[in-house]
This record gives sequence, structure tokens and C-alpha cells, in this order.
Amino acid sequence: MDAKDILGLHKNSFPSSLEKKSRPPKESHRKPDGISREVYALTGGMPPLMPSIHSSQLKKKPPPPEKVTWQWLPFTNSARKDDLHLYHWVRVVNGVLPTGDYSFAKYNKSVDIIKYTDEEYEKYLTDPMWTKEETNELFDLCERFDLRFVVIADRFPSSRTVEELKDRYYSVLRAILLARAASSGDVATHPVIKDPYNVSQEMERKRALSMVLSQTRQQEKRDEEVLIEAKRIAELRMASKVTEQSQLVVASNADAEVTEGAVPGETITPSNVQLTPFTDNASTLASLRMLRVYLRTYALDQMVQASNSSAGVRTIKRVEQTLQDLGVNLKPRVPTKAVCAEHLELRKEILTWLNLQKQVQYKEAEGSSFRDGSYSEPPGTPKDRTFTLDSINFGVSSERVVKKDQKRKAHGTPPTAAHKRPRKQKASDF
Amino acid sequence: MPNTSSSKKHCQDQPQLSGPIPKSHMAKSEENKKNSGKKLKDVEISVPIVYGNIAFWLGKKASEYQSHKWTIYVRGASNEDLGVIIKRVVFQLHSSFNNPMRVVDAPPFELSEAGWGEFEIAITLYFHSDVCDKPLNLYHHLKLYPEDENSSMSTKKPVVVELYDEIVFPDPSEAFLARVQNHPAVHLPRLPAGLTLPPPIPVEDASKRRKGDTKDNPLSQWFLNFSEADELLQLAAARQQVQAHISKLKRQISLIEGQHKQLKSSDQ
Repeated sequence: MDAKDILGLHKNSFPSSLEKKSRPPKESHRKPDGISREVYALTGGMPPLMPSIHSSQLKKKPPPPEKVTWQWLPFTNSARKDDLHLYHWVRVVNGVLPTGDYSFAKYNKSVDIIKYTDEEYEKYLTDPMWTKEETNELFDLCERFDLRFVVIADRFPSSRTVEELKDRYYSVLRAILLARAASSGDVATHPVIKDPYNVSQEMERKRALSMVLSQTRQQEKRDEEVLIEAKRIAELRMASKVTEQSQLVVASNADAEVTEGAVPGETITPSNVQLTPFTDNASTLASLRMLRVYLRTYALDQMVQASNSSAGVRTIKRVEQTLQDLGVNLKPRVPTKAVCAEHLELRKEILTWLNLQKQVQYKEAEGSSFRDGSYSEPPGTPKDRTFTLDSINFGVSSERVVKKDQKRKAHGTPPTAAHKRPRKQKASDF
Repeated sequence: MPNTSSSKKHCQDQPQLSGPIPKSHMAKSEENKKNSGKKLKDVEISVPIVYGNIAFWLGKKASEYQSHKWTIYVRGASNEDLGVIIKRVVFQLHSSFNNPMRVVDAPPFELSEAGWGEFEIAITLYFHSDVCDKPLNLYHHLKLYPEDENSSMSTKKPVVVELYDEIVFPDPSEAFLARVQNHPAVHLPRLPAGLTLPPPIPVEDASKRRKGDTKDNPLSQWFLNFSEADELLQLAAARQQVQAHISKLKRQISLIEGQHKQLKSSDQ
């Protein structure tokens, strides 16, 4: 309030807050109790948006805490069958003892194992491989150890495998259930009836699992290699089967690795055939034929890539620039078979042209080193070289070649980048 | 099937004409080709198609989410019926459309929708079983707004983007060949001599056959024309130019080489 007076803001803020609710102006005049005036002013003279602790609450005392004591008391465990009394510390709250059973008793779960009578045994459960005593023993152990067959197998007096024990237990259970059921339909949904235990399957499964688990790292690596090799061979076979190479030699690697029989008895294509199938027009065509169906634009694209694969990035750009300068679409607008063929031929010819240009430059570079001080060039030569300026201006170096020859006598041209050998200062010899 | 031995390619040994020829047989028959000395061109079937979209601005009727009415389609390049080759077409639209996977089971293979956005549509062509068992994918970026940003959109003149392409079947089955040999939508090269195909089974209902073509399609007035003649001319002219340059350079190189020889001999 003092600050507002000083700043002269007080009168302004009043009407603006009036526009909102009528409440705030009232409260800003009234000094709230519980917190001091300055603190309240920190909030801007307005009550905060969130309900804070009421000032009266601050004056109150906290509720009196509970009185906790610890007592050493006896207890029993309902999970135990004997009447054992043990002692332990108990938390007593306000003189009230905790009620209820021992807290860990609820974890004593067990499985309900069926109990068959002797009659039932005689009728349904006799088995040549199992004596009655053994079966009884088995069931007793099952009860004791809650169907933990690994433990049961360990404790079983005569040596039986886990699978045998399981088999016996489940078949007995099955027989009993079927016998006791009023109709076969009642128990049809019981898991033992629906999916009976299959000993041989289980044994096979465990054997396979242990084999996989016990594979040494070397074996794993070898298996992987074999698989990769087999995949590669399959792909190669696809690609090279249609190319006209009759002298295929089987690589020794392929032979050695494929002992597992991954590719038995079929002609194994060599691994020395280049893996990239698109380095060659013939192989591109071959791989296209392998497809059942493709688009003409796709085929053209592949062929262009094949022809570009032997050229560098700069050359490819030059080819494209040439095409544009010639007024040809980089991708034909009407890609029919004929158009695509022409397009490809044109690209090839442009590549030839560029190569020839490079040859010319090279030859001329050679020539300059031959002509020691011989200025007696036939005047006709420069004329030939200006042809490049007429049509497409290809590469700055060709221009420079022209300039160099014309300015020879002036001896002012710096060495051009096109020359592979450093330019010798011939004129200075004179 | 009366055939000469030179066209073993189409496995006349087999009594029934089933599907594409197995690849191993293909390799053998190529050897036969070489041995016999007669050059057989592979029979390749190509189907020229045009695919793209036409979009109309809805003008006053446009809403925020539906400003354009567009149609995406695949048609024969000369508006012939593609149903003889294509069984159905699936257009995969943007996920914001409900049921973005639209299936068109019969020609004309087109789909109309209304929207505001441009996105890529994946078009999958499924062929009849005797044609090809693998589908083919095309991609088209839907265009609604005109290239030139300044040009005003009109409800009368649509934005049209069409692309020409050809579906190529490099190794067609005889059954397929026989069925389409005289169909206008399909381009067959000249069949190798000695190969005779059974006459095509006439379509039962001639009137039904008419319906699949797009000659009378309401949108056909906007279809673009694709003629290979212009492109071929362009390419031929370009090739001539390049060939001229090549011969010039070759002459020049031989000239230079001649000069070098002179210089060398004069030094000695």
C-alpha cells in the first residue's frame, strides 16, 4: 500500500479490479489475519488462486501422535501342524495388540493332489511299468513337494526320469478324472484331458533345447556362417544362372562350408562372381528378366545406374548437364521401349564424347611438352580447337587449352589445371 | 501343338500350359537357342498405362477439411480396358482417411475422394492369376494445388497430373499370351516364327467388355496425350549432335597423334 501510494498507482488499480469480481477490492482493503500485512502485499494484495492453509489452522496444534510401544510376545503359526510357540517383538499401538493370524501363514499354499482308493487302482490304474507301491510313493512325494517334479525325481527311491514320473502322474490323473466324471463331456475342458502329456515329445523337446544351449561359441559362429553362405549362394545362383558364363568354377570356400547339407547336390555357383549384380548391362538385363513383372521406368533406372556405375560422380553430373543442354528430359516423359532404348544409347554416346574430350586434353598436354620452343605451329590448329566454344561449353579446361595456344608467344598464361605435367617455361630459354 | 524344335523355349513337351516357365528350363532353352543358331527374341508383353490424379477445387462449397474433390486412377494409355490384365487395384490413402485401404475390383480403376491435403498414395496392382502372381507397386504424389502459386484456382479447370509408364512381363505364360494376343490394351512384339497360339477365347458378353475402358469416362476430357514420337525425335536429334561431336574429336585426336609422330621423328 505504501509503495502504491508512492508510485501513485493506487488510483489506477482500483477501477480495473472493480471490473472483475466485486470481491477482490473488498479483500484488498481488509487486512487478512493470520499473516502480516507485508507478506500479504507480496502476493500483490490479492488472495492467492490456490486455497492455501487457513490462517486459523496455523494457530492450531498438530493432533497428538499415537503411542507406540514394542512388546516381546509369543505367537503361533497356523501354517504349522505342530503346536509350536515362538516369541517375537510386536508393535503395540496405544495399548492395543494387533489381531489376526501370523502374517506369513497365508503364503503356505499347496496343491491338491487327488487320492485314489485301492479299488480305483485295481480298476483303472494298473500299469506294467509301475508297481502300486511306486505309484503310491510318487503321489506321496507329489503331495509333499507340490508337484515339483525335479525335486520328486531326486527323492524318488528308484531311479526314474522326470519325464517318466510326469507321465505316470498325468496318466493316473487322467484315468481317475475320466473314471470319476459322470460323463466324458464334464471333464473335457480339464487341461489334462484336453492336452495330454506326451512323453516322447517332451523328451525330444528337452533334448533339442539342451543341444542349443550347449552349443559352443565356435559352433554358433559356424552355423551362422553356413547360413549366410547358403543365402549368398542362393542369391548368386539366381543372378548368374541366366548370365552366359559357362566356365563357372566352384569356390573352395563354398564347398567346405556347406558340409551341413544346406545346399545339397545342386550346382553351387562360385563366390568369386561379383556380388553386385548391376555392374554390367547384361547382368542388369538378366536380373530384370528374373522379375515376373516390372515397370519400364524401373528398368530404365536400373540400366542407367549400371552404366553410371563405371563413372565417377562428376562425370555423371556432366552427362546430365549435357542431356539438359541438348533439350532432352532426364527421365523420359513417354518411356516406351523404343524411347528407353534411345535414351540409353544417347547416354552411352555422351559418355564416349566426354571420354574423347579428356583424351584430347591429355594428348595436347603431351604435345605441349614435346614442343620445345617450337612456335611453328600450323596456324590452322587453333581454329580446330575453338569448336568447343561454338556448341556446348564443356569444362573450363577446354577453353583454357585454346587460350594457351593463342597466347603462347605472349607467354603470359599461367599453367592450367588440365595439364598433368607442370608446364615448362619454354620461352625463357630464348 | 505343332512347333519347330527351335522354339523349345515355350516347353511344348508339357501337355498342359501352366503358369510361367520354370527358370531352369529357361536356361536350357537359351542354350538350345545358341546352338540352333536361330536368334529368337524373347517374348515380352508390355502394357502401357497412365496413372495420376485430377483435382477440382470446390470453390464456394469448399470446407476446411474438404477443399478439393479429387480422383486418382490407373488407365490404359490409349484408354483401353485394363481389366484383361489387372484383377484389382488397391489404393492406400493417408491414414487420416477412414478405411485408408481402398480396393477397386473392376475397371475403370479409379477412386474419388474429397480432402484438403496432398500426400503420397501407394497404388498396388494385382494381376489375374495367369498373368502374374506378384503384385506391382506404383507411387503417386497427389496434387491438388496448381504449380504456379499465383494462379487462381478455378472450379472449372482442374489440376491434372498424369504419368506414363509401361508394365512389362518379361516372361509371359502361353495362356496369358493366348488370352491377350489381340487385345488393344496390350503390346505384343512379333511372335517368333513357328510359335502358334490357340485362338483367344471370346469374351461372352461384348457389352461388358466395353465398360472397362476409359474412352467415355467423364474425366476423359482432361486426360493428357502421351506420344512417343516427340520424344523419339528429340532423342534422335540429340544423338545426331553427339555423334557429330564424337567424329570431330576422333579426327582431332588422329591429327594430334600424327603431329606427335612427326615431332618425335624430327627429334631423332
